[in-house]
Amino acid sequence: MSGDKPGLFLRLKAGLNRTATSLGDGVSALFNKRKLDHAALEDLQDLLIAADLGPAVAARVTEKLAAERFDKEISEQEVRSALSDVVVDILAPVERPLRIDAEHRPHVVLVVGVNGTGKTTTIGKIAKGLRDQGKSVVLAAGDTFRAAAIEQLEIWGERAGAIVVRREVGADPAAVAYEGLERARAEAADVLLVDTAGRLQNKADLMDELAKVVRVLGKLDGTAPHDCLLVLDATTGQNALRQVEVFGEVCDVSGLAMTKLDGTARGGVLVAVAERFGLPVHFIGVGEGIDDLQPFGARDFARAVAGL
Amino acid sequence: MFDSLTGRLGEVFDKLTRRGALSEADVDAALREVRVALLEADVALPVARDFVAKVREQAVGEAVVKSVTPGQMVVKIVHDALVETLGSEATEINLNAVPPVPILMVGLQGSGKTTTTAKIAKRLQDRDKKKVLMASLDTRRPAAMEQLKILGEQAEVATLPIVEGQMPVDIAKRAIQAAKLQGFDAVLLDTAGRMHVDEALMAEVAAVRDAVQPAETLLVADSLTGQDAVNVAQQFNERLSLTGIALTRVDGDGRGGAALSMRAVTGCPIKLLGIGEKLDALEAFHPDRIAGRILGMGDVVGLVEKAAETIDQQDAEKLAKKVQKGQFDLNDLLDQLRQIGKMGGLDGLMAMLPGVGQMKKQMAQANIDPKLLKRQEAIIQSMTAKERTTPKLIHASRKKRIAAGSGTSVQDVNRLLKQFKQMSGMMKKVNKLGKKGLMRQGLPGMPGLPGAPGLPPPR
Repeated sequence: MSGDKPGLFLRLKAGLNRTATSLGDGVSALFNKRKLDHAALEDLQDLLIAADLGPAVAARVTEKLAAERFDKEISEQEVRSALSDVVVDILAPVERPLRIDAEHRPHVVLVVGVNGTGKTTTIGKIAKGLRDQGKSVVLAAGDTFRAAAIEQLEIWGERAGAIVVRREVGADPAAVAYEGLERARAEAADVLLVDTAGRLQNKADLMDELAKVVRVLGKLDGTAPHDCLLVLDATTGQNALRQVEVFGEVCDVSGLAMTKLDGTARGGVLVAVAERFGLPVHFIGVGEGIDDLQPFGARDFARAVAGL
Repeated sequence: MFDSLTGRLGEVFDKLTRRGALSEADVDAALREVRVALLEADVALPVARDFVAKVREQAVGEAVVKSVTPGQMVVKIVHDALVETLGSEATEINLNAVPPVPILMVGLQGSGKTTTTAKIAKRLQDRDKKKVLMASLDTRRPAAMEQLKILGEQAEVATLPIVEGQMPVDIAKRAIQAAKLQGFDAVLLDTAGRMHVDEALMAEVAAVRDAVQPAETLLVADSLTGQDAVNVAQQFNERLSLTGIALTRVDGDGRGGAALSMRAVTGCPIKLLGIGEKLDALEAFHPDRIAGRILGMGDVVGLVEKAAETIDQQDAEKLAKKVQKGQFDLNDLLDQLRQIGKMGGLDGLMAMLPGVGQMKKQMAQANIDPKLLKRQEAIIQSMTAKERTTPKLIHASRKKRIAAGSGTSVQDVNRLLKQFKQMSGMMKKVNKLGKKGLMRQGLPGMPGLPGAPGLPPPR
């Protein structure tokens, strides 16, 4: 929002810092040179659970620590670097940027997620980023359910300089996506971003609606959508695992974005998600400004999580 | 939302209740599992810890060990502790202030503030017969004000006209002023989503609070929230002195740990639950019933209330009359099916019945199809008006047509007709019983009817 732009790393770090401090504080309180015994390991496991890392990952970290230094005096620094190493191990393979394939023209990205995770905002920010790279972008306003969702996307379209394809409220989202693809082809656009209404993954009819969007896009271009981006909210707890699983079944999620990492939410569930599904993480959102969407960096994320 | 937590605790308690005597070690083992179940359900760590400690203190006491069914006692203690953590009684929106009563809605981005604002406004207007005005102070998110305006139109609730470029505090003051002049009872102020650590924005909403002195400051929070729930609730509470919490997306399959966490750290009652995307999908929060649901004890009171809300009194009387006259036909069956649908379908009803944790699993195994109702509805809808009133007409070729029309099979049609036959048979029996009862008591001014043929004579 402000005129001057701090460097990418600084912004990222500022966003992730809070993740780090809350977790890091806990760790340092625990391990200011202390014997690593059962009680200490249990406490560490609790701390990781408190960061939303999930039981599996929490167990792995503590097991690794136990294997190497059980019953030894261990310093805070050592705990943090061990923690960071494990997290990097899990996250490094999923650090992959969203790649726009020039052959597709348009490269179709379907954006999905539960209500209120920030799909529309994320699309606006991605569109801006792509425009800055000189790519032409079409947005399809596929959230025809929520009041004013279409207007919201139109405003983002204006800000980013992207064409917005829209229909009336209550229209079939699959039809909007279809028209979006037609328009993007006619304009020879590089990218089509398809917005969808937020939906809870346990609502069968809404998930069917999403499956239809995928089917209908496939009618115009058998390879579309080329990417399906699931937007996760960093404040979400273990339910994120369910979201990835079910959305994955319905529309073959190809990558993730995690938003709202600028609060105290630790986003640790992303580590659990990465461990279980191994899906690429493309973006993290660290603020409301148009430039506050960053490519995901495993090492930075892990170091920040470990408070290094 | 509490399903999975229910499942996990159900398993723990099953093991416990099957044992005759309980040692301290048994209780400890069970409580360790309770603790893990809570953590997996996203209950915040400190809250889970306190909870388990509280239960343990009571559960290892003599009363439990000496009671006839120690397992049951522990379940009861957990239940009571859950109720206590969730808050002991239901609390409604407080409107005890000089009208127009200001109600301030706050929360993180995407927690569902705007939708919840409209739902509460609709509830106050429809149920409590209050005149409500809504105003959006969200000057940040694109089209947020537009969203509230559209929701206002859908809910038939007045919204403050949008003035471009006004600051939140000024909009709030304008809303109160307008409400005073136009005689509104309550003013709902929807604010922009904000992070609890965003100093500038928290100061902004604090300024709004100071300017309007709301009777209610409600935190709108996502029930899918993880461990961060405590930080969010705590910091919003410290800054704004919350009076209540509205939980959203309770219809998701999250395990609802956030509800426990937020209540525990703020002491604020959870007042409302958002249970769907429609504007009437808002429920009062009843801690005891929710605790019952978590432990698989069901929520019968909730079920009855739901029935009372959805079933139209006149329709019910009409149906009763028809049944009395023996005129129950397929149209009535269709109405019944729809009513069950309105009450949340078979699934929804089942979830409110006691002892359902285990039964649900059995249902899933027995492959009872949740879409059964819809399919039966379709079958009836594929019949002609005549067929519906006189089902006797439906023979082979008609059945084929109905099956084709509803996308089902002839067997499905047969099954429905058989079910209908059984139902009407039952109703006839009930009827006869009713008549018999009347005759036995001999209603004043109504001479006892001579025994109808085929009826056992009145004794």
